[in-house]
Amino acid sequence: MRSQIEGSRAVAQTVARCRPEVVCAYPISPQTHIVEALSVLVASGELAPCEFVNVESEFGAMSVAIGASATGARAYTATASQGLLYMAEALYNASGLGLPIVMTVANRAIGAPINIWNDHSDAMSQRDSGWIQLYAESNQEAADLHVQAFRIAEELSLPVMVCMDGFVLTHAVEGIDVPSQEQVEAFLPPFEPRQVLDPDAPITIGAMVGPEAFTEVRYLAHEKHRRALEVIPRVADDFARTFWRSSGGLVHSYGCLGAETIVVALGSVLGTVKDTVDELRAEGVSIGVLGVTSFRPFPSDAVRARLRGARRVVVLERALAVGMGGIVSGDVRESVPGTPISTVVAGLGGRPVTKKSLRALFTDAVADRLEPLTFLDLKRDVVERELGRTS
Amino acid sequence: MPVQRIKFYQTGSFAVGNRLLDPDQRSVQADTARTNSLTKGHRACQGCGEALGARYVLDAVMRATGNRAVTVNATGCLEVFSTPFPESSWRVPWLHSLFGNAPAVATGVAAALRAKGRTDVRVVGQGGDGGTVDIGLACLSGMFERNDDVLYICYDNGGYMNTGVQRSGATPHGAVTTTTPAGNSFGQGKSLPLIAMAHRIPYVATATVADLRDLEYKATRAMEFRGARYLHVLVPCPLGWRTGSGETIQVARLAVETGVFPVFEAVDGEVTDATRIRRLRPVEDYLRPQGRFAHLFGDTPRDDVISRIQAEADRNIRTFGLTEPDEVS
Repeated sequence: MRSQIEGSRAVAQTVARCRPEVVCAYPISPQTHIVEALSVLVASGELAPCEFVNVESEFGAMSVAIGASATGARAYTATASQGLLYMAEALYNASGLGLPIVMTVANRAIGAPINIWNDHSDAMSQRDSGWIQLYAESNQEAADLHVQAFRIAEELSLPVMVCMDGFVLTHAVEGIDVPSQEQVEAFLPPFEPRQVLDPDAPITIGAMVGPEAFTEVRYLAHEKHRRALEVIPRVADDFARTFWRSSGGLVHSYGCLGAETIVVALGSVLGTVKDTVDELRAEGVSIGVLGVTSFRPFPSDAVRARLRGARRVVVLERALAVGMGGIVSGDVRESVPGTPISTVVAGLGGRPVTKKSLRALFTDAVADRLEPLTFLDLKRDVVERELGRTS
Repeated sequence: MPVQRIKFYQTGSFAVGNRLLDPDQRSVQADTARTNSLTKGHRACQGCGEALGARYVLDAVMRATGNRAVTVNATGCLEVFSTPFPESSWRVPWLHSLFGNAPAVATGVAAALRAKGRTDVRVVGQGGDGGTVDIGLACLSGMFERNDDVLYICYDNGGYMNTGVQRSGATPHGAVTTTTPAGNSFGQGKSLPLIAMAHRIPYVATATVADLRDLEYKATRAMEFRGARYLHVLVPCPLGWRTGSGETIQVARLAVETGVFPVFEAVDGEVTDATRIRRLRPVEDYLRPQGRFAHLFGDTPRDDVISRIQAEADRNIRTFGLTEPDEVS
């Protein structure tokens, strides 16, 4: 049923309907509303049987999720920013042990300087952690992706991160169709773990692996992600059939066919990008948009298919690989070698990405005036003054 | 039946005492049906106190729970020497995650079991002193404070032995390690049993591998409680302590007899019992056999360090009443 609801609350209700058995989290903005809402649902008994564990840190949160998942429970947690970094060691562990934990990342910048606002620096810093990373374009998609995330995670025995932009999505109230209990149950089967800690069938999980087998383990992790490239769109198709709306998948293309310029982006900025592109297209500019939902695994084939024929590609990034430039650009370049690619670093630490700026940016791109690396709306005078002082 | 504490005053074999007891009161290791939780073939050093302690503790836990326990293990010697893939010495369900998160992982296991309504299965977390008193302390304190239904065991050998004998927060004053080549000049080692007691958890106990009957008793007793429990076991490391591999038990006993390592039990944060010292010895008797304290007795004897260690032992003796006669009941 469609209701006016905050993004965080919609996600919490959706996660609740996926019937997690263990929920744990440490508070960090802008994620807090999600676990607050879940704690209320657990306390009221609505989620029974479910345990809500208040932990002492994000490292503890991911560790509790690891223990719960290894015992065969459906485990969920949520975090953001520094919290995600604090659990980094355990993130690699969860994926290495093949534990299908689902986690919401309410994307937020990483300090210093401390900044609570949105960009993608946190999740992208964990790019190679072995977690599947799905980026929500809207709150509707954020809610829907959680239902799919449990399916994907449990089918592949891999952890999944659902990334939703902090504040921009988490704290925005809008009309959302929160998946109902009946729909979720029709779509998401009960969790059947591959291996569990069980006194009736004792096994050793997490043995030490030396050089003779470590490469093979990593190869298998890679192979699993390759398989995820087939599972993610299949689950999205199933979702569309059950829920009568389209969400998730690997990529979303918006007017890419035959477009000379294609803008690649992730997350909530896609709304503004599409609005801007609509205006330019109405003026006769040949421009399309490619939204990437699955950043890990990176869907190179799908991206290549959508970008084929484009004369130039603009990748809008909400994170920065310091000393290099774009993070997503590298993957896009690998997918379409030979196609000119410009990286635009935009919206860092919550800097608004406006239609006005994007319009100027895309106009420059279409006229081949864009530098290979651009910082959108950078205050030149400020940085030049500082550079002058330090040189 | 409640756990009955049995004391044997004869040294040497427990066989005689065992024979005089009802079969279910005999030591776990005397039972041919014991689990062999940590079975033979692992790669621990000769004379490893931790391997011995872990086997006794887990077998006792398995007997106490009717073989219904799962184990979570921190990174460290115990994990490394027992699970070189594709081999494993564990005959109990066993999970390793990281160095610093064993208590939190155990919490997750306990939470999952609770959610699944499996009240019969119990959780045991274990690690060395590095994983417990240092890197994992925040997770452990969180687990204590939430009173999660986990028994956590710290095998304390006073250093990071797995990485080649570096100083940990539990390294005693004066001990030489590879990162304190002149002897540990910091405090006297962090007392996690006292920290655990400050959390007022249901059960805290210390034990050593010198008194294995007592160790079995404490592991068994711990399983009678629900909630967070902590067992701190002194396990000499021949490599790190620079003792002979045949001296492990002896040096552990000296730690007790000198008052360096008080053996006690505490319920809800209050000490309820302490093992009395029948023949009190000076700390020198404990320090001399160990290569890590050899510099205290060299060309320039460090009486100042020895007297500081003696003072610490004296304080233990006073605090826990270690030389008071046993109460006769």
